[in-house]
Amino acid sequence: MTGRQEGIRSAARRQGRLRRLWALSTGRFGLIVVAVVALTALLSLFWTPFDPAHVDIDARWLPPGWPHLLGTDAAGRDILSLIIAGARTTVFVAVSSGVIATVIGIALAALGALTARWLRETVAVLVDILIAFPVLLVAMMLAAIWGGSLWVVVWSVGIGFGVSIARVTRPELRRVLHTEFVLAGRASGLTPAQNLRRHLLPNVAPVFFVQLSWAMAIAVLAEAGLSYLGLGAAVTDPSWGLLLKDLQQYLTVHPVAVLWPGLAITLTVLGLNLLGDGLREATDPTLARRRGRARSARTHQPELTA
Amino acid sequence: MSLQVRDLTVDIDGRRVVDGVSFDVPDGARMGLIGESGSGKSLTALAVLGLLPDGAEAGGSVRWDGRELVGMPDRELATLRGDEIGIVFQEPRTALNPIRTIGRQIGEAVRIHEHATRREAAERAVAEAARVHLPDPDRIVARYPHQLSGGQRQRAAIAMALACRPRLLIADEPTTALDVTIQAEVLELLRSLVSDAGMSLVFITHDLAVLSQIATHGVVLEHGRVVESAPVSTLLSAPASPVTQGLLRDATATLWHPAAPGGGDAG
Repeated sequence: MTGRQEGIRSAARRQGRLRRLWALSTGRFGLIVVAVVALTALLSLFWTPFDPAHVDIDARWLPPGWPHLLGTDAAGRDILSLIIAGARTTVFVAVSSGVIATVIGIALAALGALTARWLRETVAVLVDILIAFPVLLVAMMLAAIWGGSLWVVVWSVGIGFGVSIARVTRPELRRVLHTEFVLAGRASGLTPAQNLRRHLLPNVAPVFFVQLSWAMAIAVLAEAGLSYLGLGAAVTDPSWGLLLKDLQQYLTVHPVAVLWPGLAITLTVLGLNLLGDGLREATDPTLARRRGRARSARTHQPELTA
Repeated sequence: MSLQVRDLTVDIDGRRVVDGVSFDVPDGARMGLIGESGSGKSLTALAVLGLLPDGAEAGGSVRWDGRELVGMPDRELATLRGDEIGIVFQEPRTALNPIRTIGRQIGEAVRIHEHATRREAAERAVAEAARVHLPDPDRIVARYPHQLSGGQRQRAAIAMALACRPRLLIADEPTTALDVTIQAEVLELLRSLVSDAGMSLVFITHDLAVLSQIATHGVVLEHGRVVESAPVSTLLSAPASPVTQGLLRDATATLWHPAAPGGGDAG
């Protein structure tokens, strides 16, 4: 076999991983939802049906219809435009907290699993202490001290979930560290850093993905919740939480309007969680391949693997 | 290129588990370390490569080609591991990374020690898979460990250890986890690979019958000490120590020779 074929094969394998993700109904749903939200956020930078900040008192509380597809709010602002613009905030919060949580989580997990005993025990205890602080409470404390802003949300969720990623990933790293294939990797001449990159991290990835997607989902919720409480986005920022807060005051009069931001938040959180689950399943060849083989076994003669 | 072990000791948390083991493996020799479980044979092997677990401390002297390995910095040892000295472990189920393909794992040492590109390593992996008689080597390199049988996994592990053509192979009970027919095939494969390449071999086992099929010289360990060191034929015909006599009585492996090496383990 030539190297080129191998190159094609490894590309196919990567595609195969995506295809496996797509083949899972949960993974497909998550992927679509997350892609739609991300594209919407991108779109809002260039275009929204109406200016989301445009107030039109004559057009207050229009029901869903043309040209205001989802109707208007108490100030006559177009709800669809507000939701499209709010996606920007959601994506910003989810991605930034995700990045912070990843950096903190992996760093703490590595420190807690791979270093000298006194250091890793100290880190483990520290993580156990930090995990006792509820993320939303910390965010509210920070907001009370420094005033509400999106950065408060991003940092509190990022740190909070960084700690919980570390909490789950650390024992997993310890477990993988003591497997024979890591020893075999060292026996092939891998340095500790190479071993970390090639054997340890890929083997903790499934657990990590689930935690990360959960962290990003919580970040979306926390942004909505804190903005709802007035501790998150500034009133001038477009935000689903703010929109929900504005609209729910009129819940008894205009019950349909409040549905839209609520639906947007729920769908996004659900999509992120399902994407995380799908990724976990798609990155584990033992889970995905078994499924594939069972399917092929019905149609083909199974291969001989005594 | 010879291995010289002198007064090797291993301490775990202050307890001495290998106590003054000495033996020589001259160039091209096939040496066996034999003893019951807990006799310190695996730790001896790990100590040679500097792969002892946390909290275990090696003492004494291990000389490889005139260089002292005990106390050598890990970075320097890493350049020897897999390149000049290879090791095969007991349990093929756990010795392979479950989420990487066989081919990438076989090619790993080649990429590290010979700075091969990904493509070159992939080509080498196919060649090495063919060398250990894995069936359909072109395709098997793209498979994951759980898709292989136990015997095929052990062949893949052997291919991993031999990919860089080491001068010494340490095999730590490589056939213990396999059933008897596969055991004989893997032994046959190991023996032909070792003698074809002129490698030295340190074979670790608790089974004197297995040892008799592959090694020419045996070192018997008990409680971390050498109790007997003699040619295998002597161990079989005139065991001097009670430990060896016990091992001879308990030797279980069937003396079974496959019709032809290769083919595969399917059956």
